[in-house]
Amino acid sequence: MSALPPYASTGQRAWYYSFRVICGLIFFFLIAPIVVIIPLSFNAQDFFTFTPEMLRLDPEGFSLKHYRNFFGDDSWQTSMWNSLKIAPMATIVSVTFGTLAAIGLSQPHVPFRRAIMAILISPMIVPLIISAAGMYFFYSRIGLQGTYMGVVLAHAALGIPFVIITVTATLVGFDRSLTRAAANMGADPVTTFFRIQMPLIMPGVISGGLFAFITSFDEVVVVLFVGSAGQRTLPWQMFTGLREQISPTILAVATILVAISIMLLATVEMLRRRSERLRGMSPT
Amino acid sequence: MTDISQSGPMLAADGTPLKRSLARALRMQKLRALMLIAPLLLFILLTFILPVADMLYRSVDNRIVQDVLPRTIEALEDWDPGSNQLPEEAAFAALAADLKDAANAKTHTKVAKRLNYENPGIASVFRKSGRKVKKWDVENDGPYREKLIELNDGWGDVDLWKTIKTYSGVRTAGYFLNAVDMKLGADGAEVRPENERIYNTLLIRTMRMSLIITFSCILLGYPVAWLLANLPASKANLLLILVLLPFWTSLLVRTSAWKILLQQQGVINDTLVWIGLVDDANRLVLINNELGTIIAMTHILLPFMILPMYSVMQTINPTYMRAAKSMGATDWTAFWRVYFPQSVPGIGAGSILVFILAVGYYITPALVGGTKGTFISNLIAYHISTSGNWGLGAALGAILLAVVLLLYWVYDKIVGIDNVKLG
Amino acid sequence: MKLSKLSALAVTTALCAPSAFAEEMSNELVLVSWGGAYQASQHKAYVEPYLAQNPGLKVIWDESSAEAVAKIRAMNEAGNVTWDLVDAVAADSMRLCDEGLAEELDHDEVLAAAPDGTSATEDFGDLIVSDCFVPQIVYSTTFGYRTDLIDQPDTVCAIFDTEKYPGKRSLQRRPIDNMEWALYCDGVAKDDIYDVLGTDEGVDRALAKLNTIKDQVVWWSAGAETPQLLADGEVVMGSTFNGRLFSAIAEQNQPIGMLWDMQSFDLDGWVIPAGLPADRKARVLDFLKFATDTQRLADQAAYISYGPARASSAPLVGKHAELGIDMAPHMPTDPANASNVHVYDYEWWADNRDDLDAKFQAWLAK
Repeated sequence: MSALPPYASTGQRAWYYSFRVICGLIFFFLIAPIVVIIPLSFNAQDFFTFTPEMLRLDPEGFSLKHYRNFFGDDSWQTSMWNSLKIAPMATIVSVTFGTLAAIGLSQPHVPFRRAIMAILISPMIVPLIISAAGMYFFYSRIGLQGTYMGVVLAHAALGIPFVIITVTATLVGFDRSLTRAAANMGADPVTTFFRIQMPLIMPGVISGGLFAFITSFDEVVVVLFVGSAGQRTLPWQMFTGLREQISPTILAVATILVAISIMLLATVEMLRRRSERLRGMSPT
Repeated sequence: MTDISQSGPMLAADGTPLKRSLARALRMQKLRALMLIAPLLLFILLTFILPVADMLYRSVDNRIVQDVLPRTIEALEDWDPGSNQLPEEAAFAALAADLKDAANAKTHTKVAKRLNYENPGIASVFRKSGRKVKKWDVENDGPYREKLIELNDGWGDVDLWKTIKTYSGVRTAGYFLNAVDMKLGADGAEVRPENERIYNTLLIRTMRMSLIITFSCILLGYPVAWLLANLPASKANLLLILVLLPFWTSLLVRTSAWKILLQQQGVINDTLVWIGLVDDANRLVLINNELGTIIAMTHILLPFMILPMYSVMQTINPTYMRAAKSMGATDWTAFWRVYFPQSVPGIGAGSILVFILAVGYYITPALVGGTKGTFISNLIAYHISTSGNWGLGAALGAILLAVVLLLYWVYDKIVGIDNVKLG
Repeated sequence: MKLSKLSALAVTTALCAPSAFAEEMSNELVLVSWGGAYQASQHKAYVEPYLAQNPGLKVIWDESSAEAVAKIRAMNEAGNVTWDLVDAVAADSMRLCDEGLAEELDHDEVLAAAPDGTSATEDFGDLIVSDCFVPQIVYSTTFGYRTDLIDQPDTVCAIFDTEKYPGKRSLQRRPIDNMEWALYCDGVAKDDIYDVLGTDEGVDRALAKLNTIKDQVVWWSAGAETPQLLADGEVVMGSTFNGRLFSAIAEQNQPIGMLWDMQSFDLDGWVIPAGLPADRKARVLDFLKFATDTQRLADQAAYISYGPARASSAPLVGKHAELGIDMAPHMPTDPANASNVHVYDYEWWADNRDDLDAKFQAWLAK
């Protein structure tokens, strides 16, 4: 499909272009809903549709008032800070435990590897509502429900599968002779780890960490159950906002979150390519 | 190899037999690996597996009846519910004693609530009697049979006693039966009356809609994955960003976007009216129904379909297609007979992943699904946080979890958990 | 040796703790309410003046009143109650009280008397429907409609008349009120509603009536949804709490009208979860006494159109705090609005709620 051969028939040509159009429409379907909220967030009115002024590109139709609202409103600000306090902590926990375990899992002889892997991946597979309800009752009993620690632990558990998956992926192509060579030259296991293994798996660790971060940063079901008012996060605030009063402030928040996603995505992509280069794989 | 083994055991440098030395090294290796995994395994077990297991146990837990009405249950042991006769005075006396203690400890409403799930109306009998019985002198106020029936004629109903006896065990199948629209009568399981049936409908709807969503994802995902796999790397990477961006964007952002787009006064309807495709008076109903849920969830889950398909398609060697065509196959035959079969593993991996995720969705159906577009998860949430029937919520959860784990197992067999790729 | 000393110390501290800290009040207060305009009115009328008197106190709002019963039950079971004071409707407070999940109160002892010396019990009168309940407001669930999209309806049965009033309607996602309105509009006399609803045929009849408009209904679960749906033109009429409609009409100038016919009266008030530690309980009682006195209840009416629960507050109800309009005509209890009201039967619903909930949910899912 890379190019249309010169001998293509009319039918092939027609198909070639209509296929491109179909794919274009699907890409449009993927992107348009995300893109469309960006201009709407600058609406000067409290509506969710484009006003005539906006369609005329009249500056009167646009304003930053929804952003001012977001930055000026106490409950939005508190929830943003809560999110920023919870997500990094959860990320640190899942990255620490997850990386160690991923290194363990990539050793050549691990007993019960399949079963262990299944357990470690399970937080990603079990429907969120079941995890949330389970944690709600159990954390209540041990006094973690409604605490900062409780939410951090719950989110860390949800983020772990992502760390495991990304870090094991970088370890798959790992050349064991490198560690052996290091050992041969007199490096102890700790030095070997930090000087040889670490730099090579770092991209996997960072992108796993970013996944864990976004998991916590976007999570709403579990925090609704495990958290209490003191841990109200940004997604929680958005969820109540959506159910109760959809004010266009939500669109401003959404736009900010999209910007954050773009930054995270760019970082992950960069790391993935770097990792592939480091490991001598051809870029895909 | 055979030569060596015949010439006696080989020795390692320190003199121990090589076999044993190797075995020891292997054991050490295994131990080291396990030591690295142990902290995380423990962490997941404590923060995740145990809570889930604990919650699922609620689906069979029935200790409350035994705890609150121990004497009554004992007194009812010899009573034959099939006789359709009220139990003896002893049972009534035991009940009066249990009820008095329970009313003082305020546990009588808890057992009443439990039994009321199975036989509506019991709660009111317990609650109303509790207030009065509290003041009785249990030792001397008998006989209780007439006294209790006089207090509330509900005690004269044989069905009430049957319910107590049927649900006297420490564990019950009642919640699970309820979760499949049945109940435990005195003579075993029976189907609930038509106007109380809901869960089968909902479970089937959840499955059906998840299937529709999975198929829509295949339909939309396949062309895109094909295009990505067959474009030069630089262009493909650029287009891949368009797939990954929704993947990285907050679920709530995407759901709010759809809520705004799909409303009757929303962007899509406005545009259609403006173009003239739809009459202003007959705007399309795109939200608060099944269609809303399907559109929004297809969009949200599409990247999970495209990415596994893409990674499989990348490995398909284009020369096969060329070979087929050079041997006279038309474009379609070459695609259908040669390319498509090789891409099936990608479709399989993507489908199972999308289906697993779709079946358990909660947020999106809750926000755009109305009543017709809700999933079983929404009802689980309703029972956990609103109605308070935790046992039923847990039973529904257990059924949902069983479905998901089955699919997970299939996924593991076909694709392998290790091969899950993220971006 | 060291260990035993430590444990001895622990025992003595534990023994001393209640007496030493009994007068100590916690400096954090978690209040649970319904969010939106209502919670805002509570914040302005009760919390802000209380904070002015108690600098250093931290008040946290939790908008979970809709799930109050289930959440308190879970907290209680776990022995870890994180809420201090919960705003609940009367029916929920009765359930909580029955199950021993809420603190029973001696109203005269914990609440302030009226300025003229009338005791709290007398001042609140019949509105103290449970020993655990401190009434705040009388509100009603009633209908709002778009004045520019449909003709002015004069009876609640307009919701079932899709010919004359075409368009979607929003109703609360629960059987309470909807079942009664359905029977009323199906020709059942007002006094017979609960007798009819008590039979299986009656339930079927009510659901059959609701079935006639089922595909025209958007079901809501949060009180702010109907005003939003009305404002967006997603529905032409819908039920919600009268105060929410008031703020949409008077404060946001939306083209919405009130339909008071067959409005359903209900009570809302405070409940203290059972089992609070002494310092938190002391703080709650202090706040409660302040927030439910005659002046504070009257003040709340300056922000939202709900009737204060104290008889002594009624004469103090004045004008809206920002708009300066007279609040009395917007109260559900105003004689002009209360010509035909539906009196919601707590006892009946307490007995039949689980059963009807199940049938209603089953009907909804069909």
